[in-house]
Amino acid sequence: MEETKKQFEQEITLVKNLTDLNELKVKYLGKKGIITELNSKIKEIPNEEKKEYGQKINALKNAFQTLYDEKKSAFEQDLLDKKLQEEAIDISLPSTKIVMGSPNILEKLIEEIESLFMSMGYDVVDGPEIEEDRYNFELLNIPKGHPARDAQDTFYLKDDEILLRSQTSPVQIRSMMANKGEKAVRMICPGKTYRRDDDDATHSHQFMQIEGLLVDKNIHLTDLKGTFDVVAKRLFGKDTNVRLRPSYYQFTEPSVELDISCFNCKGKGCSICKNSGWITVAGAGMVHPNVLRNCGYDPSIWSGFAFGFGAERLAMLKYGIKDIRTFYMTDLREVKTFDRKEAKND
Amino acid sequence: MISLEWVSDYIDIAGLDPKELAQKITEAGINIEKVISNHIDNLVIGKVLECTSHPDSDHLHVCKVDIKSEVKQIVCGASNVKEGLTVIVALPGAILPGNVEIKKSKIRGIESDGMICALFELGLEEKTEENYNKGIYECDPNLPIGEDALKALHLDSTLYELDIHKHRNNDCYYHIGFAYEIAAILNKKVTLPELKFKTIEENIADNFSLKVETKKCPYYLARMVKDVEIKESPKFIQKRLIESGMRPINNVVDISNYVMLEFGQPLHFFDKDKLGNKIIVRDAKENETITTLDHKDRILTSSDIVITDGHHPVCIAGVMGGLNTDVDEKTKNILIESAIFDSVSIRNTSNRLNLRSEASIRYGKGLSYEYTNMAIDRACYLLEKYANAKILSGTVKHDEIDKTPKTVTFKAEEVNNLLGITIDTKDMEVELNRLDFPYTLEEDTFTVTIPSRRLDIDPNVNDIAEEIGRLYGYHNLTSTLPNVPIKKGEYIGDVAYRKFLSKRLRAHGLNETKTYTLVSPEMAAKFTYDQKEHAVLPNPMSVDKSVVRTTLIPSLLNVYQYNKARKVENIFLYEISKVYDKNYEEESKVTGLLKGDFVTSSWKQEKVKVDFYIVKGIVEDLLDSLGFHNRYSFEKSKEKDLHPGISATILLDRKPIGILGRVHPTLIKDEVYIFELSLNALMSPVKPIKYKEAPKYPSIEKDVAFVVKKEISASDIMAIIKKKGGRLLENVTVFDVYTGDHVKEDEKSLAFKLTFMDPNRTLTDEEVMSIFHTIIDGVTKELQATLRDF
Repeated sequence: MEETKKQFEQEITLVKNLTDLNELKVKYLGKKGIITELNSKIKEIPNEEKKEYGQKINALKNAFQTLYDEKKSAFEQDLLDKKLQEEAIDISLPSTKIVMGSPNILEKLIEEIESLFMSMGYDVVDGPEIEEDRYNFELLNIPKGHPARDAQDTFYLKDDEILLRSQTSPVQIRSMMANKGEKAVRMICPGKTYRRDDDDATHSHQFMQIEGLLVDKNIHLTDLKGTFDVVAKRLFGKDTNVRLRPSYYQFTEPSVELDISCFNCKGKGCSICKNSGWITVAGAGMVHPNVLRNCGYDPSIWSGFAFGFGAERLAMLKYGIKDIRTFYMTDLREVKTFDRKEAKND
Repeated sequence: MISLEWVSDYIDIAGLDPKELAQKITEAGINIEKVISNHIDNLVIGKVLECTSHPDSDHLHVCKVDIKSEVKQIVCGASNVKEGLTVIVALPGAILPGNVEIKKSKIRGIESDGMICALFELGLEEKTEENYNKGIYECDPNLPIGEDALKALHLDSTLYELDIHKHRNNDCYYHIGFAYEIAAILNKKVTLPELKFKTIEENIADNFSLKVETKKCPYYLARMVKDVEIKESPKFIQKRLIESGMRPINNVVDISNYVMLEFGQPLHFFDKDKLGNKIIVRDAKENETITTLDHKDRILTSSDIVITDGHHPVCIAGVMGGLNTDVDEKTKNILIESAIFDSVSIRNTSNRLNLRSEASIRYGKGLSYEYTNMAIDRACYLLEKYANAKILSGTVKHDEIDKTPKTVTFKAEEVNNLLGITIDTKDMEVELNRLDFPYTLEEDTFTVTIPSRRLDIDPNVNDIAEEIGRLYGYHNLTSTLPNVPIKKGEYIGDVAYRKFLSKRLRAHGLNETKTYTLVSPEMAAKFTYDQKEHAVLPNPMSVDKSVVRTTLIPSLLNVYQYNKARKVENIFLYEISKVYDKNYEEESKVTGLLKGDFVTSSWKQEKVKVDFYIVKGIVEDLLDSLGFHNRYSFEKSKEKDLHPGISATILLDRKPIGILGRVHPTLIKDEVYIFELSLNALMSPVKPIKYKEAPKYPSIEKDVAFVVKKEISASDIMAIIKKKGGRLLENVTVFDVYTGDHVKEDEKSLAFKLTFMDPNRTLTDEEVMSIFHTIIDGVTKELQATLRDF
């Protein structure tokens, strides 16, 4: 038996491949294999030695099996390595393009503003683009014949009653009316608006406004400033300052222009801010008592503020876009740039 | 345009820096867009003592110029330079408009220590060939040598260019109104100009009558002056008119404009002898005509207001006078009109006639009656002084103005609450005094009377809070956050659907577009599958934006063409927008366009080209993602603008909700696919999400292929398979479609994989085979199909 062991230990080292290894296994453990033969001789062994003989045979078997397993797994590993080596690719070749679609440039900014306002409890709502005169003007304290109407040269569809909304402010009215003068209102409305402007680099007959309204009890002009402070810092960086300037809108009183310190020159003066250090980004004010009353809110109980951003203007400033028509062309070579996470602004 | 020099007649602003003042005014709410300062350092008056030719040039001159402190040698190229002229000299260090810095230099070897200037070089004239040829400016020889040149020429004033909201247009675009604004900001008082004049005994009422027959003229005041002497205006009037952008004509016309720029009140001067003895103000008659001062014939309508001599119009009220009564060089006697007309009517008339005058602009904004009186007196004063006019005593007047003062009663606390700050009663009094708003204070309650010059202020506490707040200074406001309950905002209604689908579509590789709602009639005529009538603008700006769209598909095709022209190969677009029909019925559409390779690689051959089935897959994903699994189907579409064989109507609960297919090759040759769904239809209710356990028991799969007539659709066969398969048939898919060898010309082979399963037990082969045979029998009988051998 010792001889047999030595023999297969030596033979197994000479084996070159899996086939030879299996042949060797047959030679020793097959039906007529050397170890099998030795095992069959157990019949001829005296009974008192049978046990010991059996144990020896088993040890021999195990020894062979262990060597066999080691050798086999070594061969398999070699084979696998070789196969994997053959499967190697040129990782420098160009990718197969997996592309998601991009948001519209304007929509990207709008979504950023929406999520900011939603985090402050504002719902995002929408209203009709074909509007009634009373929602677009009259209930907003802009009666027929008022000069404020001239500035918003409006597309009328039917007489003086049905129009393409010239501002998103009618959604303020609709939101307040839906709450019947009973519940507080917090909403923004990014929406399409229309005015009779000839399209050029800075004018568009169709554009987006982002309207906002908060009506509650004990709301002050300072709350508008504070809210706007949060928005400006988030959109244009934490070192952005805000400024309120007196202004005038029919449906707010007091009315203000909301300015931000120029994000480009940090207030020193440059071409973007026309050397003033400030950029006007929104009109706003405290909701006019007539408007509150028109919508069923008692101005002695309720107060609130409203604001309106021009989305295109904001996007043009933020991304340095020169032509407002960019947003309505969707040049696919351009929009891809905007399909990524915004740089962190805090 | 506001001249500070002019304003200083009414308020003391001496010693104030115009830029700092502008900043203060802007912060208080009147936006001064530009401070135009006509001052140039190192620009003086000089006298040419000597003028010789340049030794090295045939057009240059070498001049010796006295500037009082010294005599400078200056080389000058102007043809009109000569000895003895009084000129404007820019000395080294002067910076002329266009950032031209004057330096000491040598011109063709001769030293030149400055420049003798032409007006265009100082920005005081246009640089035209004519002005260029005029050469240097020849000054009045009496000007003091060495003096600041612009000052000596009275051209040194500072002008403010205003950009203000319409509400303050009526009180801030004239000098006295602007003075009040500065007075409030600086806490100073306004001094009104001289209004007193002598009158002669003759009274206007003796021989002149006025009748107002229209409600659109609540106030009409007239005075008469005699024996005016028409000549040139005094220099200061001319200068101030020029600065304000008006051309001086003669003293009489100039005075009427001057008073308008002072008080904001347009005056109209009629030649009394041409006019006659009567004025009737009335609504114009339909198609009545008048020839206006600009020699144009105007046709009027009944909504216009006219001034008539009793028979014929002599003036379109508030817009422009008639040629028949105009003041000319022979005019002796003048009737002065100072009136208030309905602002809306004036605006409408001015717009309709496309005739904008200085008067119509001002009337259109509304006027204060107080100034109507003052302006006419001011004009009389000036006419007496500068045109030797004799002023008749008395006025003729029509007065239906409501003079009830506007008052507002409030407590300091109410103002503070709106602004969010605390201004005590005393400080509030200071602000009201600055504004020159009369008020009474009882305990803590203010009663404020709003001056009639401030037409923009309504009697409510918000308006007062604004006035007080803006003077107090908004920069003094703190930043606070509203004291409101904490909640999370949400996307409401269709916005939520729009956002959800938008994400899904972007994930499928479609790029979001925004296109115009207004389209051309040609675009509107395409893809009319909804059979909606269009809303059309009655007064469009252009034909290509005259119709409200009912589908987004033509708009996306435009975006496709735009990108194709720019060599973009793979174009995947979507838009979700609202459309409207003739009855203004609103609907939101979800629309997509796909063309090119859906999956691309620059070097591998296995591209996936967009076809009908990819688009169908996207549509199905949208529907599944909204919870409509098993509720939708597709049927052949009849839409004329889609490929008749590659198009489908999408049905939800058997009702059409949209279309999909290849755009008809006559519209676009390329293989462009579109789909459009009604978002409204997609907002119908669905079952809530419920957990469904993955199957525990094995399924059994069977394959079968049928040969059928070509016109039979896969869905026809699947419907029968599903019906016969019953509840144990878990799934059916098509795994092969074949035409060609072994299949007849008019036939095709469709192979299906059927999956059988019972969620509660393992199926036996026998029971599956039994159902399988039922299915085969059903399909072969009902569709005359034959089983295909593999």
